[in-house]
Amino acid sequence: MKTSKKIIYTIILSVLVLAFLFFLDVNKNQYGMAYTVLQKGIIMAVVAVSMNLVTGFTGLFSLGQAGFMAIGAYVTAIFLIPSESIGDVYYISGVSPVILNFKTWMDSLPSWIQAISPYIALLIGGLAGAFCAALIGIPVLRLKSDYLAIATLGFSEIVRAVISSPQMDTITNGSYGLKKIQGFTSLFQTFAVATVCISFMILLIRSTYGRAFKAIREDEIAAEAMGINLFKHKELSFVIGSFFSAVSGGMLAMFMRSIDSKTFSISLTYDILLIVVIGGIGSATGSILSALLVTVSKEWWLRFFDNPLYIGNFQVPLFRTGFRMVIFSIVLLIVVLFYQRGIMGRNEFSWDRIAENLLKIKKLLRRNPKEGGSKNV
Amino acid sequence: MSNCVLRVENATMQFGGVVAVDNLSLEVNHKEIVSLIGPNGAGKTTAFNIITGVYAPTNGAVYFKDQMITCNFPKGSMKKLYAGQNLGKYTTTMKKTPDQITKLGMARTFQNIRLFKELTAFENILIAKHMRSKANFLSASFCLNYKEEKKAREETMQLLEILGLLDVKDERADSLPYGQQRHLEIARALATNPELLLLDEPAAGMNPQETAELTAFIYDLRTKFNLTIFMIEHHMDLVMDISDRIYVLDFGKLIASGTPEEIQNNQRVIDAYLGVPEDGEE
Amino acid sequence: MTLSTFFQHALTGISLGGAYALIAIGYTMVYGILRLINFAHGDIFIFSMASLPWQIAIPLVCILTVALGVLVEKSAYKPLRSAPRMSIMISAIGVSYLLQNLATYLFTALPRAYPEIPFLKKIFQIGPVSASLVTFITPILTLLLVIALLFLINHTKFGMAIRAVSKDFETAQLMGIRLNNTISLTFVIGSFLAAIGSILYFTDRMSVTPFSGTLPGLKCFVAAVLGGIGSIPGAVVGGFVIGICETYLVAMGYSTFSDAFTFILLIIILLFRPTGLFGEKNIDKV
Repeated sequence: MKTSKKIIYTIILSVLVLAFLFFLDVNKNQYGMAYTVLQKGIIMAVVAVSMNLVTGFTGLFSLGQAGFMAIGAYVTAIFLIPSESIGDVYYISGVSPVILNFKTWMDSLPSWIQAISPYIALLIGGLAGAFCAALIGIPVLRLKSDYLAIATLGFSEIVRAVISSPQMDTITNGSYGLKKIQGFTSLFQTFAVATVCISFMILLIRSTYGRAFKAIREDEIAAEAMGINLFKHKELSFVIGSFFSAVSGGMLAMFMRSIDSKTFSISLTYDILLIVVIGGIGSATGSILSALLVTVSKEWWLRFFDNPLYIGNFQVPLFRTGFRMVIFSIVLLIVVLFYQRGIMGRNEFSWDRIAENLLKIKKLLRRNPKEGGSKNV
Repeated sequence: MSNCVLRVENATMQFGGVVAVDNLSLEVNHKEIVSLIGPNGAGKTTAFNIITGVYAPTNGAVYFKDQMITCNFPKGSMKKLYAGQNLGKYTTTMKKTPDQITKLGMARTFQNIRLFKELTAFENILIAKHMRSKANFLSASFCLNYKEEKKAREETMQLLEILGLLDVKDERADSLPYGQQRHLEIARALATNPELLLLDEPAAGMNPQETAELTAFIYDLRTKFNLTIFMIEHHMDLVMDISDRIYVLDFGKLIASGTPEEIQNNQRVIDAYLGVPEDGEE
Repeated sequence: MTLSTFFQHALTGISLGGAYALIAIGYTMVYGILRLINFAHGDIFIFSMASLPWQIAIPLVCILTVALGVLVEKSAYKPLRSAPRMSIMISAIGVSYLLQNLATYLFTALPRAYPEIPFLKKIFQIGPVSASLVTFITPILTLLLVIALLFLINHTKFGMAIRAVSKDFETAQLMGIRLNNTISLTFVIGSFLAAIGSILYFTDRMSVTPFSGTLPGLKCFVAAVLGGIGSIPGAVVGGFVIGICETYLVAMGYSTFSDAFTFILLIIILLFRPTGLFGEKNIDKV
């Protein structure tokens, strides 16, 4: 396919997506479900791509996403709780003077800075996550596959324990969590931030560094013999992945308006893993597709599994709270056992591939009626 | 600067009580083709791994272009276990990692081919160019290094052409036939712009005709890329054909060294080879 | 801390450690044979929540747990035997995810009381230390079971098969060992010990939820790593160490950090002695 054609298609697709988002934004009262679910979906897409960067492209099986999201979420949340609500949020154990001083300082800043404060908050949240990742990465990244997984999982639990500990009450509000977090006012802001994050990761993957990551995934010893410093590159991938996990955690906090340490339990990491596996381990576009698909079906289309279903007067058995998640876990297992490549495998979205597939389908359709029974293959 | 590219001094490698390489000293000079031969289990690959920085020797030192890259002496529990010689001769500890050594200009291939299996032949070679890239992750992501990238891609294409892999450049490495995988591995090593190339059994699993082709090919490489070559090989015709000098290892010990003629007439070498069943060609 | 509270906590710690040790053995055996962290191991015993009179419940729990363990192996791990490591781990996580969600669905996520086993709850008093019977029984039972297990592993044909398979799959198969039977046997033993361990663990606790198994499960995995994965005595020692440390941390008022402590311990061990206290050393061949 010609490049010019591809560019035109891409522009058409982007315009369509933008138009759709605009339509949703205007009619958000009417399509409230789609509005919220899509926002959550794109946030999950950011963290799924970041997990894929570390797990799928660099081959480091890290299960610490929830922990980094928690760090990002709490930092962002503390930034974005309006100073007049601080007292309400920390009404049980009081608020640390550090936060109070910080809030007064923030209120004294010029208004244009306050206008972009959500973005600054996300950036700082991301940097906090990246910093923790850099520290934990030094010891942990020396470990091999499953040990790395369990160590990062452990790290994520440590983060959660620290956040909910009574010693941190005046900062994280302990187990009560943070409320009244200011979020984005429009769908476009969420999508814009997510697009920037995801685009950066895809660009990184396509760059010479991305190739080095893939080399490490394929064969560490050979990669080292090719002059690739294992630790430096693993750490880089881990820190960047964690940065974006933390950013998406901040976005999640802004989206949910209230968070507590239970939000970031191990099952959140498992949810993200599910998205990555279904999308294809080692495919960024697969992760995006799958994040949207999984979130939309989980939060919206498949809700009916959780409600009692009646056909006439007959109540269909099995349909009650929790059934949806059972179906979901079964889907995950089926994908892992039988479709290990997920939706996209290790391929990325490209017009060429779509054109190829269309051609194949066309050929199939054309051939079938004429030489349906022919033996030569 | 002397003519000597690689110098291994009194290298001993001991795994627990097993001495895999015993007091090995050797030299490889500029633009030479030198072979390391010996029966199975003689410690040839271990010697390679010491030179390329995969293992630190228990005792001894390695110099590359007169620069020390590895030096070690027995420590801790190894002090008691150590069965080699030259104890006390080395007192410094240093070890460059394999990637640092590759950056200095030494590249290697592996005995059991270690390609990046799921990547294409083109990508396999391009990855070796990463090391010389000056871009950091930000400039690389935003394509600010496009000139460097373009050059790397051009050089990769040249290498593919020289090694006759141009028509399979977009094939996955593990889908290539065995011979081409070997070629690809050599191409990948060459892409790091080495001065010294270490080949670990380049002709393993090849038939006589393929071996003959490889012989000519390795010979060509030396002139084309201005290379020094050090290789491990079992195919005697290949070794005798192209080697300037040969080192022979047996049970970790150097038992002979010299020109192919000298080695062919060396009684100890003949004994070492005839003393074990001839099974080097599997 | 007075001497009597010290002993009191020591006893509680040893008892908790015993339960951990039994569960940790399951991890270590499965890892030894399949090189797989059986993430689902901590979740299989959650299905012991059905409220039945204890005389029926205990054998039923053991049978069900064993059946579930083997079912998990046959359905989720066996098809992936030659797949990359990561796929098998994801499958294990998937099973764990499924079991948790299934338990939530069947029993709802609300905490429910663990079936009361009256005779285990009877309070005993030895000197200044008082505790329920289960606290005294656990360490003794653990040691007895471990001795029996070590005998099985070291002195019977089955044990020899297990040891052979854990060294080398293919060679063991060539020697006429039935691979799948041996692996199933490992899961049977591991799940059975986990069932006993879980009964002992939960009897001292008020309530269970479908997610109660995850964290103790992970802690037991840490215990197995601490002892050196693949080593049964190692898992037992690891279990006791973690149980005792945790009890003292809780006693000193750091209960929220007791979970975090386990993982900090894990990271420290992996850094300084990745093979654990009794593990074997592996050298990567180039």
